[in-house]
Amino acid sequence: MLEGFLKYEFLQNAAVTGILIGLVAPLLGVFIVVRRLSLIADALSHITLTGIAASLLLEKKVTGINDWNPVFMGMTFSVLGAVLIERLRSVYKNYEELAIPIILSGGIGLGVVFISLADGFNTDLFSYLFGSVAAVSRSNMWTVLIITFTVILLVFLFYKELFVLSFDEENARVSGVKGHWIHFLFILLVALVIASSMQVVGILLVSALMTLPVASALRIAKSFKQTIGLSVLFGEISVLIGLFSAYHLSIPPGGTIVMTAVLILILTMAYKKINTLFLIKVGV
Amino acid sequence: MNEQQVVEVKNVSFKYEKEWAVEQVDFSIDKGQFLGLVGPNGSGKTTLVNLILGLIKPNKGSIQLFNQPLKHFKDWREIGYVSQTSNSFNSGFPASVLEVVRSGLVSRLGMFRFLKREHTQKALEALKIVEMEEFAKSNIGELSGGQQQRVLIARSLVSAPSLLILDEPTVGIDEKHVTAFYELLARLNKNHGITLLMITHDIATITEHATHLVFMNRTIRFHGTPEEYNQYNGNEPNPIYGHMQQQLNHMEVMS
Ligand SMILES: Nc1ncnc2c1ncn2[C@@H]1O[C@H](COP(=O)(O)OP(=O)(O)OP(=O)(O)O)[C@@H](O)[C@H]1O
Ligand SMILES: [Mg+2]
Repeated sequence: MLEGFLKYEFLQNAAVTGILIGLVAPLLGVFIVVRRLSLIADALSHITLTGIAASLLLEKKVTGINDWNPVFMGMTFSVLGAVLIERLRSVYKNYEELAIPIILSGGIGLGVVFISLADGFNTDLFSYLFGSVAAVSRSNMWTVLIITFTVILLVFLFYKELFVLSFDEENARVSGVKGHWIHFLFILLVALVIASSMQVVGILLVSALMTLPVASALRIAKSFKQTIGLSVLFGEISVLIGLFSAYHLSIPPGGTIVMTAVLILILTMAYKKINTLFLIKVGV
Repeated sequence: MNEQQVVEVKNVSFKYEKEWAVEQVDFSIDKGQFLGLVGPNGSGKTTLVNLILGLIKPNKGSIQLFNQPLKHFKDWREIGYVSQTSNSFNSGFPASVLEVVRSGLVSRLGMFRFLKREHTQKALEALKIVEMEEFAKSNIGELSGGQQQRVLIARSLVSAPSLLILDEPTVGIDEKHVTAFYELLARLNKNHGITLLMITHDIATITEHATHLVFMNRTIRFHGTPEEYNQYNGNEPNPIYGHMQQQLNHMEVMS
């Protein structure tokens, strides 16, 4: 892969984008998991697909927009979906989780209609669903870079507010934290990161990259900072090994990235088991 | 306007659905008071505290904190709060005890300011007060219920609030630490001038330590000093809660 990396621009794009999302997806994923919002990631990734489909349709039916970038359309839909979920959550106060299936199924439904109208069941679509080592353009790579910087900056700035909001919402309100505002900002970031990650891991597996590394980190971390650190580490390992093996096996990287993440999860579980067994044996 | 007033509750009523949970409650807490709020289960104590904290809005009446209408009150760092159930926090949360206590400084710092080493020092001091400093590095989820409660008390103390609101903070805490905790509260109140509002069912102990008592059962049934209460009660301290309830019923008949 290394000599290929130097030779082919598409590989550089995929590798750099992969490293970036291996960082931000688990970073936001930590907050998503501890706030029990994992399903929102799924809903938003599916609405991203709707955006992609809409873009494919427009490209086909409207002449003159050939270099339309479907990723931007996906991002727009993802962000709109986030706004919509928040609206629905306040409408169905006692059934907040209902917002998720509404958006998820609505998104897929609309997406399927768009794709069919565009006769778009082709390899392009396949690479959006399961990721691709070849699909990331240079300009998309720059977009992901900007998003990564924004996410890191905002998480850094609002770290303590995000922490209290996730740990104890009531106390956050009593501390004067503007919860709604920060939550909204957070969901927007999630929408952007999902649309960015989609190009490498694929729509169907984006949420896995956000949650699986966190699931592994939770098994062994002793503090919140450790959880973040380990999640990012596991995320990066999954992306790098996943991309490398996908390139050599000529298969979509979504599968290999997620399987690596699953393997890490199994290893951390085994590690914990062995550790406790050992501790019991020595009588601690 | 009274400069001394930390909390002022004016004719406040609140209902969740149909029944009034808090009805025409009218009282105030002056700076430096240690007020014990007592009443049977379901009498509206927690509801009243949630109203004071602005977590819910009254249907009638108004509330002022530090002489400001609740709507305009911004200075949340002046207020520390320990809620009734320690399960109000996310129990699976992967945070260390130290991180949790440090998070009590969020209101004091405000936005765009960061937690630094000196704040860790403050958090460790707060943990020492509740004798939990040896657990600083432990995961909060791996502590016992009483230990978690002590950590949350430390979190409310770390920002050095001038009003501390505690909703049954000693539930699940062993006797030795309850005694130590009351001593700590008395010290905070006397030496540091911190105003305290504490909900409890332990009438005997609160009568010993508080400067003022409020008994409520939806409405306020008694508001006065422990001496006034004891006088009212025929100079008998009142250790048994059932007895208290009789007393409340008695008052109900009289009113
Ligand atoms: N979230 C809620 N929704 C509906 N009703 C509620 C809610 N919380 C409390 N209530 C009702 O309001 C009344 C007062 O409850 P509250 O929790 O204030 O009592 P309390 O004095 O704190 O009791 P305890 O000593 O058990 O803590 C009760 O009748 C209760 O059923
Ligand atoms: Mg209560």
